[in-house]
Order: sequence, then C-alpha cells, then structure tokens
Amino acid sequence: MRDGALADGRAARWILIALAVSFLILFLVLPLLAVFTEALRRGVMAFFTAFDDPDTWAAIELTLLVAAIAVPLNMVFGLSAAWAIAKFEFPGKSLLITLIDLPFSISPVVSGLVYVLLFGAKGLLGPLLDDWDFKVIFAVPGVVLATIFVTFPFIARELIPLMQEQGTSDEEAALTLGASGFQTFVTVTLPNVSWALLYGVLLCNARAMGEFGAVSVVSGHIRGLTNTMPLHVEILYNEYNLVGAFAVASLLAGLALVTLGAKSLLEWRHGDALARVHRH
Amino acid sequence: MTVAISQRWLPSLRKPSALPGFGITLGFSVAYLSLIVLIPLAVLIARAGELGLDGIWRVATTPRVLAALQVSFFTSAAAALINAVFGVIVAWVLVRYDFPGKRLLDAAVDLPFALPTAVAGIALAALYATNGWIGSVFAPWGIKIAFTPLGILVALIFVGLPFVVRTVQPVLQDYDREVEEASATLGATRRQTIFRVVLPALMPAILTGVALSFGRAVGEYGSVIFIAGNMPFVSEIAPLLIVTRLEEFDYAGAAAIATVMLTISFVTLLAINGVQAFSRKRFGHA
Amino acid sequence: MAIAIKAEGLSKSFTGTSAVIDLNLEVQPGELLALLGPSGSGKTTFLRLVAGLETPGSGRILFGNEDATSLSVQDRRVGFVFQHYALFRHLTVAENIAYGLRVRPRRERPPAADIRQRVENLLDLVQLPGLGRRYPRQLSGGQRQRVALARALAVEPRVLLLDEPFGALDAKVRRDLRRWLREIHDRTGHTTLFVTHDQEEALELADRVAVFNRGSIEQVGTPDEILDRPATQFVAGFVGEAVRLPVDAKGGWIRLGPHALVTPNDDVSGPAQLFVRPRDLAVADEPSDGIRARVVAVRRTGPARRAELALADGLPTVEIELPVRCSVSKGDLLPVTLSTVRLFTSR
Repeated sequence: MRDGALADGRAARWILIALAVSFLILFLVLPLLAVFTEALRRGVMAFFTAFDDPDTWAAIELTLLVAAIAVPLNMVFGLSAAWAIAKFEFPGKSLLITLIDLPFSISPVVSGLVYVLLFGAKGLLGPLLDDWDFKVIFAVPGVVLATIFVTFPFIARELIPLMQEQGTSDEEAALTLGASGFQTFVTVTLPNVSWALLYGVLLCNARAMGEFGAVSVVSGHIRGLTNTMPLHVEILYNEYNLVGAFAVASLLAGLALVTLGAKSLLEWRHGDALARVHRH
Repeated sequence: MTVAISQRWLPSLRKPSALPGFGITLGFSVAYLSLIVLIPLAVLIARAGELGLDGIWRVATTPRVLAALQVSFFTSAAAALINAVFGVIVAWVLVRYDFPGKRLLDAAVDLPFALPTAVAGIALAALYATNGWIGSVFAPWGIKIAFTPLGILVALIFVGLPFVVRTVQPVLQDYDREVEEASATLGATRRQTIFRVVLPALMPAILTGVALSFGRAVGEYGSVIFIAGNMPFVSEIAPLLIVTRLEEFDYAGAAAIATVMLTISFVTLLAINGVQAFSRKRFGHA
Repeated sequence: MAIAIKAEGLSKSFTGTSAVIDLNLEVQPGELLALLGPSGSGKTTFLRLVAGLETPGSGRILFGNEDATSLSVQDRRVGFVFQHYALFRHLTVAENIAYGLRVRPRRERPPAADIRQRVENLLDLVQLPGLGRRYPRQLSGGQRQRVALARALAVEPRVLLLDEPFGALDAKVRRDLRRWLREIHDRTGHTTLFVTHDQEEALELADRVAVFNRGSIEQVGTPDEILDRPATQFVAGFVGEAVRLPVDAKGGWIRLGPHALVTPNDDVSGPAQLFVRPRDLAVADEPSDGIRARVVAVRRTGPARRAELALADGLPTVEIELPVRCSVSKGDLLPVTLSTVRLFTSR
C-alpha cells in the first residue's frame, strides 16, 4: 500500500467511511433487522402460530414446487444457450445474447401482463383454453410460467461469458481423443463450469422463490391454491396480520441471507472459476 | 420438430466446427426463448397495437396515467442520482480503505438482489411508518415518509443501491494508481487529483450504474406498493396502474401503459450501450 | 538554474525487506545520471524517494541547499516520467500537458493564452506538433512517452526523474528515443536522473552512472570508469558481458588452470575471481604465444563471429569476437592473448 503521495487525509477518510457505513446500515441492515423484529414482536410463540395456518403451508409448498420446476428448466436452457453461443460462430449471436438479457430490463408487472394477454380469459388463447378446460392464468401453470420468464437469464448469464472465456480447445482435445459429443460435454465442459453453474442456480433459485410482481399479476391470489410465499405475505399484511406476514417474510429473509452467504463463499473460494464480469 | 428443421438449415449458416450439438442446443434455446419471451411480448405489442399509435398516445396522456408515469419517472431518477453519489462513496470506501466489518458490508451490498421485493416492501413500510424506527424520528417535525412519494423514493433507493456500487467497484479495483502519482508530481492536491483525474475516469461506470439503477426502479413493484400509499395522482406508480387496469379487465389500457414502459426500458438500454461504446472508443476501455 | 541533488544516509524498507540502505549520492547540477542495476536493487525506490512518492525511514534529501525531505511531492516541483506513461486517458494530449499549469492555485496560474502557447512550444520540442487534440489512446507508445515528458517539463521542474522510461517500448523505438532524450537534455539542461536495467542504455546516454546492488550503490562514475575501472566485483561482473573465472593469485602471478598470467593487481593474493570480457581476448600473433584455447562453439552475430572458448578444462567458457572472414570451427585450437583483466578477491 503506497503511503505519502496517495494517502487521503485522515479526516476525509473517516468521514467517508462514516457516510458509507451509515448509508448501508440505514438502507440495508435496518430493513433486514425490522423483518425479524416485527416477526418476533409478539414473542416466539406467536411466531410459530403463524405457521399453524394451512394456507401458509400451501404457499410454502407452491413456492418450492415452482422453484423445483423453474430452476432445472432454466439450467437446461442456460447450458444449451451457453454451449451454442460460446462454442460456435453464427449470425445473430449478439442479438440472441441481448434477447436473453431482456427480462432484466422489463418491469415484473409487464412480465406477468404478457401471460395474461396470452392465456387470460380475454387473452389470445383464452377461448381455446376454455374449451380444453385448462387454466393457465389464476392457476399454477401461470405462476410457473411467470417465474420462468423472470428467472431464465440468471444461469445463462453466468455461463455464457465464462464459456466464451474458456474457448473450445478443451472440447476439441477431448474429441480428438475419441470422446463423443455428449461425453465431452459431461466430462469436460460441465466440470469446467460447475462453480459458475452452482452460482447461477443459487441466484436463479433466490429470485424464483422471491418473485412477487410478475407472479402477483398472473396468480389471482387464490388462497391455498395459487399463492406463493411472497404473495401470502402480501395477503397477511393486508389483513393486518402483521406478525404472520413478517413471520413468513422472515423465512424468505433467511433464504436471502443463506443465498448471500453461499454467494460470497463461492466468490471468495472459487472466484477464479466464475465469469469475470457479473452484470446484474 | 424444431430440432429437425434446425439441423437442416442451420449448419450452412455457421462456420464449420468439429464440435457437435450446435443444432440441438441452438434450436432448443431459440424455441425456449420464443415460447417464454418473444411470443408473449409480441402478443403484448399486438394488443397495444390494436389501439393504434394514437390510441396508445391517448391512453398514455390521460391525466391519471400521466401522473403515474411522472411519479415513477421522477422518483426513479432521484433515487438513481442519490445512489450515484452514495454508490461512489461506498465503492471508494470498500476498495481503498480497511475497517472492521468491511467484508460483511461488502457482501451485504447485494442484499437488494437477494431479498424478495415483497419482504423489502413490508420491512420498509414498517420502518418508515410514523410509529416505525425511522418514521418516528421525523414525525415530530411533521415529515411523513411512508405513504408519500418520499416513501417511494426510499424504496427505490434500496432497490437500486447495488447497481452503482457494483459497476464502479471493479473499475476502481483495477485502477492504475500511477496516474494519481503522476497528478501529484505535477502539483495537484489530493482533492484536485480525485476530482480531475479519478472521478472522470470512473464516469462511464457511474453512468452505466445510474442507468441500470433507473431502469430497475422505473419498473419496480413489490418493494414500492407497501410503502407508497398508492393514491392516484400523488403516489401511484405506473406498474400499479397496469395491475389496476388488469383488474378492471381493461386489457388494452394495461397493454398501452406497458408499451410505454417497455419503450422507457428500451431507451435506457440504448443509453447504457451508448455510454459503453463511447467510452470504449474514446478511452479504449469500458 | 539547474540544481544539485544530494542524498544523505537514505534508508527505506518495505514490510521486512530493505529496499534502500544508508544511501549517499551527489548529483551535479545539469548532469544526466543513470541509475543502473538489476531488478530489486533499489534504484526505483531511490528515484521515488527523491520524488517524494515514498517517505524515507531515515536520512535526508537536499535540492541545492534546501532540505526537501519533509516537502510533499506536490511542493518538490519534480518532473516524473513513468514507465507506462501514466497519461490521463480522459484528457487530450494538450490538456495532459497543460494539467500541471491548470491545477496551480489561481495566483500562480499563468493566463490561458500563455498556457496554450507553452503547450504548443512543448509539443514542438518533443516533435509532436499538431497532435494536441488527440487522445492518448490514438498515439503509439513512443508518442505517448514523449507526451509524458512534455507534461513533466511543462511545470518547469527543478529536476527530471525518469523511471525506466523506455522499458515498455520495442527495441527500435527505444534506440530512437534514447538519442532524442540526450538531445532534449542538452537543450534544456535539467538535472536528470533516470532508472534503467539496460546497461547499453545507461552507458550510451549518461554523463555518469550509479550502479545499484541490493539497496546500495556499488560505484558512481563515468561510463569509462565503470567499464574499465570497476570498483567492486559486482560492477565488474554486471557491466560489459564479463565472465567470471576462478583463479589463484600468488606473488606477481595468477594461475588460470594450467596457465600463468601476470597479475594486474598486486594487492590480491590467494583464491580470486578474474573477470574477462570478449573485447579483452584477441587472437595471438604467433601461434606459440598466448593460451591455446579449444573452440567449443561458433555463432554468427550481425557484423562478426563469436567463438566460445575453453581456456582450460573445468573453467567456464569465455567468448571472443572475431572478424567474419576468420573461420574457425568447433574443436579447433586457437591461440589467444588476454589484454586487460580485472581481479578481485574471492569472498
């Protein structure tokens, strides 16, 4: 650390640190603390009674189900797209990459809206679905679809730059040694991106379980049926069941903390195995 | 079916390669993308298009819609600017200084990405209500934060906080300090060096972060609706108005507002790309 | 106008390692002094201490009669040129050069028109006229380094300090810039220190050379003195492609393998190190004179031939330079004489 010419004045240094730390505490730490404080406001017993509600459990189950469907599907997509983009040259490649980034720039409400317009009662395919008596909007399939929409870029975005950095030489070497395409993929490519894949899955899962706006539009808020945990939090909150709302919220906050911890661990331990550029 | 088609015409479009699986992976990716994203978006545009451009314009300029767009736009811009200033300070402090708890705070910066928006929403509402920890500090002076546009601002600051920090941090990390030494040898004070040399070099990253923060804030829903008050013309944000229209089964109206929001997102994206292209050309780096 | 620099008892260490140890050096006003040495020898640290970019653990630095040790880097008025140019990428060439003048407090700042004129003059001096509106990114490495020098000169520094200024450039550009730097120095007359690990550069450019080794100065002298009268074993071995041969000195003789040579240095006796350079060897006039050396390998350099010789078994090989028309091959026996050698006691 160079001293002398480049040292910021001591006063300036401490003022800046104080400003930064206060800002972060105000906007990050306090809200987090508030979740747990409000959840325990009436004591630990009240906290646990919040989970006596079967609707709450239905919400938890639905959240887990949605994640269990969305994350693996997005994983397949991510690996697929990253393979095509990183290992081959073709026209329209940058367009494809831009399109994959699309959900990040679209409001979650709009993400849900597009499915209502497509599958809703007055939507394009509405009458058709009616004939088949198959509901997408205000039913579980809609929730799954909306979740997939907002979460599918995560894994792809972690894998694409990394696989581009890694190039094709490892795979070509495997092929010359006689491995089939599939073998090459499983034994050479996957191990090379395993940490990035885990990282992407982590982020994808956190978002899938926590998505609110998009799911809110398509779900219809049917208690016990189409409510995920975040939606259930909203319902409890609007009913002035604050302890209940914050109790469920604290589960989600706990998940966020675990995600953050695992993310930091991965960045710290295996930072070199992850893509150099993480854009959010 | 898609796979068979792709294997027939795609191989002639790409450069030959020994690696297999191009057809199937590209085919699957494009199919997935189309089904999940492109077709639904096309339906949205078509639905809005039913109204025609003047129809969309008419919807967009109804007083309530205009008010909602203004609320969203101005609170997002203000939040992005505040995040710009504090984001640079936070990034600076995390990169240049050492202090107890730094590692923890560095990890915490990503909290808005990991925390579900609804959870953030109710937490902020509780904090800034007149009987909340922070709201109660301001209440005696007659300043209400929750259920006013000020509350929206707070929520959007939370939501956009990581963007400027995380775009500036790596640039600052890799920054060649010799340039600062050169400035010192030429007689510049420390403060002059920071404002004339370092900050301008960070500007592209700051601008990118601001644009990202703005783009995210404009469309934000979950963190905002609990603390906003949601009163039309005062504290109603555009995404909420879309939901309201949907509940009224006014699909066309909802689609129209959504189209306006998509346009804003698109322009923001263009701005980001523009900044990055410009700085790459001028300075040779992003 | 040009001032002397004096370092007294300068020491600096970085967590554990001592970079500069009790260093003393006097630089004459207007002199171009090269700081030469292997990497890690302390030469760059010393330069940065003079500039004020590092603070010494002990000792002091004087500019002329003034004790500059406690002056901040801003107040020392040195011109510093970095190996990787350190140009401000977001400013044009002209704005870079004008920077040092623009950051001055209002009362010391020259009027804008003067600054512009100064920049023009400097651009002419460094032979980059008309490039003021360009950005550093649009210039070649050699051009960027010239801008860096112009920028340092703009503030009319008391001394000029260059840290391996041509290290990042390729060979031809380096040679051109060397010549150009000497011209500039002769015109402007600043006291100049420059750091290099390239001995050819140091010997070609400098009025005097200070040879650094492990934090201390082994010798300060003109290029002739350094080459022909090395003060220490390190200097003898570091400068001029010397090979070190282990010998034994006794009486007025040194024993080199089976051969005996007249000693150049009566003070040395016992086991010693003999330093031999290619130019010190010549083909003997009479085949019976000199040492019969066996040719181990032959190679061609642009204008000449080099033969690798074994003077005796078990000794390191030495090289001799031969005219192109002289053809020897591997295995030949070549009679050679040693004209000058340098002898130091073994440690």
